[in-house]
Amino acid sequence: MLWNTLLLALRAIRRNLMRSFLTILGIVIGVAAVITMVTLGNGATKSVSDQISSMGSNLIMLIPGQRFGAGSSGAPNFKLADVESIRNQIGVAKAVAPIANKATTAVYMAENWSTVVSGSNNDYFKAGNWELAAGRTFTEAEERAGKAVCVIGDTVRTKLFGGQNPVGSEIRIKQFACEVVGLLKAKGQSAMGSDQDDTVVMPLRTVQRRLTGSQDVNRLTVSVREGASIDAVKDQLTLLLRERRNIGETEEDDFRVLDTRQLAETLTGTTRILTMLLGAVAAVSLLVGGIGIMNIMLVSVTERTREIGIRLAIGALEREVLLQFLIEAVVLSSLGGLIGIALATGASIALSNLMDIPYLFDAGINLLSFFFSAAIGVIFGYFPARRAAGLNPIDALRHE
Amino acid sequence: MTDATALIRLSGITKTYGQGQAAFLALKGVDLAIEPGEFVAIMGPSGSGKSTVMNILGCLDTPSSGTYVFEGVHVEQLTRDQRALLRRNYLGFVFQGYNLLARTTALENVELPLIYRGEPAAARHAAARAALEQVGLGGWEDHTPAELSGGQQQRVAIARSIVTRPAVLLADEPTGNLDTRTSQEIMDLITALNRDRGITVLMVTHEPDMAAYAKRTIRFVDGRVESDQLNGGAD
Repeated sequence: MLWNTLLLALRAIRRNLMRSFLTILGIVIGVAAVITMVTLGNGATKSVSDQISSMGSNLIMLIPGQRFGAGSSGAPNFKLADVESIRNQIGVAKAVAPIANKATTAVYMAENWSTVVSGSNNDYFKAGNWELAAGRTFTEAEERAGKAVCVIGDTVRTKLFGGQNPVGSEIRIKQFACEVVGLLKAKGQSAMGSDQDDTVVMPLRTVQRRLTGSQDVNRLTVSVREGASIDAVKDQLTLLLRERRNIGETEEDDFRVLDTRQLAETLTGTTRILTMLLGAVAAVSLLVGGIGIMNIMLVSVTERTREIGIRLAIGALEREVLLQFLIEAVVLSSLGGLIGIALATGASIALSNLMDIPYLFDAGINLLSFFFSAAIGVIFGYFPARRAAGLNPIDALRHE
Repeated sequence: MTDATALIRLSGITKTYGQGQAAFLALKGVDLAIEPGEFVAIMGPSGSGKSTVMNILGCLDTPSSGTYVFEGVHVEQLTRDQRALLRRNYLGFVFQGYNLLARTTALENVELPLIYRGEPAAARHAAARAALEQVGLGGWEDHTPAELSGGQQQRVAIARSIVTRPAVLLADEPTGNLDTRTSQEIMDLITALNRDRGITVLMVTHEPDMAAYAKRTIRFVDGRVESDQLNGGAD
């Protein structure tokens, strides 16, 4: 019975090619849209977390104030002495980099470029996973004396020097000349979307003396040895800094301790919300596809009711007719689902290449949208048929 | 059970459509018996109940009361599926509107009842081809109803009804949509099936010319059998 009914179902699909095609099309578009959106969203999330790990592994950032960003409610900045103290007290700290930032303009010959100068030490390069493309980092003497030397990022090089090797040249920052001693390898965009290569690094003392005019350090970056517990180090850092900043037991911290994992969670959380949003929009298109199928099925119900009448009259059992319609619906919706998945895979791979994000196959969303589409097809293909097959054969035959 | 040889026996069959005030009594107690091998024309004006009795005889519809015995089986006690199996194994239908599956070839239309019977593909194809040959449509196997004339479509429908070698052929206004000449060809075909293969034929018609092909005419008026007579000499 199953074999014969399968034959009948396939014949019915074949003789209504247009209707079958339209049914499949609705599912194909819906499934492809949902899968593509979610896959691209996942890829974007992955890309963000990859970029965060490119910032450096096992990285802890200390920021004054409780809020992200500048202007943090008057909490005092860090001091250079904090760096020494951390180095002495936190054994697993591999690198401790104080950072003082100043936005300014760099000039070379006739070219000028607005960038951010970071004052730090050689630990800055270690903590941030920076590698040198040319030249060298700072010498101890340069750091101590606050000499006018700098290491520049790839973007600054391109803007000021074009393709030339900048090492040995002098650029002008504000009113002083500064010798370029090193060039950093390009790292690309950061997780926040800013250009990490748009940077000029100088010894901390140079920046403090010549640009900011204060002893303040805006930020501390601590890199921890592999295998060390980040959470334990964070606790130790918090205790240490509370003590150094004279915070009473009942008072809250006036600084934040962030690690890259936390940052990753915050940022991937954002892209995940976007993914869900895109997925929801795509789910609407799947629903619209479903309504399209419902429409086609309902329009064809008159013709199909008469067909059911004919089948019943020549001796088909009600369950044989229903099984046939069920098979038809399942075959069409699964076919649509499979084509949709194939299309989505192609589109996702092409688009993630275009958007420069990794392609991640998500079995969950593939299965989910496949079964959702199959359910739509089966519900709208089968239930009108069930009503018709329950009629007296003569009523089904006379259906207008 | 006075007549033990009867193939079909209806006693006190009534059929009511609708309920309460709007109820309409289409059949008001019909008794009739049909012997194997008969060719019966059922006539009557529209609304007389001739089609209703035909649908009940064909197990396409159920009576409101009364008994219907087919080869000793009480049809009114059968389940829906059992009635379907009775149609599948004993009855063949020809309708006024042909009722072929659209966009489906003649061969596939004819073999449809055999598929439900579970016949293997080779036997099915052979039987369907033979049936089409018999109705004079050899060579038209691959044509769809849209590519066939009305008379040809009705021939396909007849081929479909006889491919299972049914005991009874029920024809509801089989020539109603056809011109006179084609009607005569169809009636000749049905007559031959009755004569040569012994298929019992029950045919509803309102045309006396077509009824004349039958050996017996039952006339319905107002939901009752008005007259039931043998056609003298018509063969």
